[in-house]
Amino acid sequence: MTSQNSSDTQLLYGQPMRIYANGSKVVFVTTQNYHELVSSLFNDGYNFASDLCAVDYLTNIQRSLPAELTPERFEVVLNLLSHGRKERIRVRALVNESNPSIPTVMDIYPGVENMEREAFDMYGIVFEGHPDLSRILMPEGWEGHPLRKDYAVGRVPVQFKETPQPR
Amino acid sequence: MTTEDKTMKSEIGNSAVLRLPESSAVDLDLNELEFGSGETMIVNMGPQHPSTHGVLRVMMELEGETVLRCKPVIGYLHTGMEKTGEELTYTQGATNVTRMDYLSPLANELVYSLAVEDLLNVQIPQRATWIRMLMCELNRMSSHLMWLATNGMDLGATTMMIFGFRERELILAFFEKTTGLRMNHNYIRPGGVAADLPDGWEEDVEAIYQTVLFRLDEYDEFFTGQPIFRKRVEGVGTLSAETAVELSVTGPLLRASGVPWDLRKTMPYLAYDEVDFDVIVGTVGDNFDRYAVRMNEIRESAKIVKQIIEKMPKGDYRTQDAKVTPPPRARIDQSMEALIHHFKLFTEGIIVPEGETYVAVESPRGELGCYMVSDGTGHPLRMHIRAPSFVNLQSLPPLLRGSLVADAVATISSVDPVMGEVDR
Repeated sequence: MTSQNSSDTQLLYGQPMRIYANGSKVVFVTTQNYHELVSSLFNDGYNFASDLCAVDYLTNIQRSLPAELTPERFEVVLNLLSHGRKERIRVRALVNESNPSIPTVMDIYPGVENMEREAFDMYGIVFEGHPDLSRILMPEGWEGHPLRKDYAVGRVPVQFKETPQPR
Repeated sequence: MTTEDKTMKSEIGNSAVLRLPESSAVDLDLNELEFGSGETMIVNMGPQHPSTHGVLRVMMELEGETVLRCKPVIGYLHTGMEKTGEELTYTQGATNVTRMDYLSPLANELVYSLAVEDLLNVQIPQRATWIRMLMCELNRMSSHLMWLATNGMDLGATTMMIFGFRERELILAFFEKTTGLRMNHNYIRPGGVAADLPDGWEEDVEAIYQTVLFRLDEYDEFFTGQPIFRKRVEGVGTLSAETAVELSVTGPLLRASGVPWDLRKTMPYLAYDEVDFDVIVGTVGDNFDRYAVRMNEIRESAKIVKQIIEKMPKGDYRTQDAKVTPPPRARIDQSMEALIHHFKLFTEGIIVPEGETYVAVESPRGELGCYMVSDGTGHPLRMHIRAPSFVNLQSLPPLLRGSLVADAVATISSVDPVMGEVDR
């Protein structure tokens, strides 16, 4: 057990927050409070959205989470950065499997546009209010969401023309 | 947030970006689509175009020769590297990530290794840290030289193409000597680096930085003061600091717009707080500023490399932590346990304790991040790379808005997208 699994949590804007041994701050939040929390963090000086990605915890659903939250299959992870304080904070939003939708934060950080599109493309998480939520890396009309854990790694059999045929 | 902020942001998001499905530009019957006055037309640039640096397609809405809105369409080089990363062990993973940004493979390996080491809580020896720094700075020089070469090509200066490649070749030759490969090295690994520097590396590196510095002065004569070049790039494709920050732009693009943000300086990793260098910042954020920032960053990298030669500590080049590093070859012949240990390490991979981390480094293109989630096995549960080119490409619509089609090529080039990294 590492220090990341510790049970001591603090509150940040009413949401549980953990500080890991390496100094990273992580706030856990439900989809209902996600937008409000991100907007509070923006006003707090986190002016830059570094990264947004999704995670599928299908195979590891019983991960270490603060006690007040119920584990969900998906998570949307937003890494914010404050240029003034030179400090990072991570928001982990729990997203339900049967209704994978979460409000967009493009109105606060326009730079997450491509990243939200990628999360939609790869995990099928719908970002409500995103102006152009379409597939970005996979072709339009592709079925399924490739980075989900229940989407198998496909293999295309390759046949080389020069290979001698078995007799 | 005030209402004023909201309107400003929605303008960035909505007025410059062409929000059309990717298939609409190839429809023959364009009249059915409504684009405002009807005087505009949609033109595809790419995906097969010499100046798109790979396979980038830009849908541009033109009015005459002026670009109004545009939309970069990506995904032509998508190879599912994040999915592959979940299948590979932590030992194999470095081979996978090094192929993302093929112009700065060592930065990819570095961020991956730092993420694994952060989860493992392994300390690496001082010499390994400094070797990593040396290699990454040389890589930054070679990547920026490559950019100078292709940017010159896009502006019609074919001489620059030859010059840039000539200087880059010096650095690649040193990489080959050290790592065995010119590109995709798999040299920086979790736990340290794959091999020590070759004998006489000081002379090689000194020859590299002195040659490059000398040749940079030649480029200055060749380009920086030349009126034709200046007219082509000055005032073209400006990006304000506010827009750059809002669009999460990083790297030389952000610094050219006047934001002094360089992770090496502002949030130091490795041993960057022990070397002396300057952060190069532009003022207006046009194509010339981006050229000047990259040009001078090569000089700063040379400065760092020079200090590394002086300060390189002695010692081990990889950690002796048995969790990460296999036993030496000689012991495998003598000890059964060593053989089993070696076998387990390469079949199961390094066992990384459960946890998650986000690590970021300054690659030649900007903030290169790695978000890694481990479930306590030998494979990552999630390995996400925050690719700087992928995010920087969002700045293309505001950069191209109102400029001429002829300048679009130069502007796309100044963003320096590496499509292998954009699509991963």
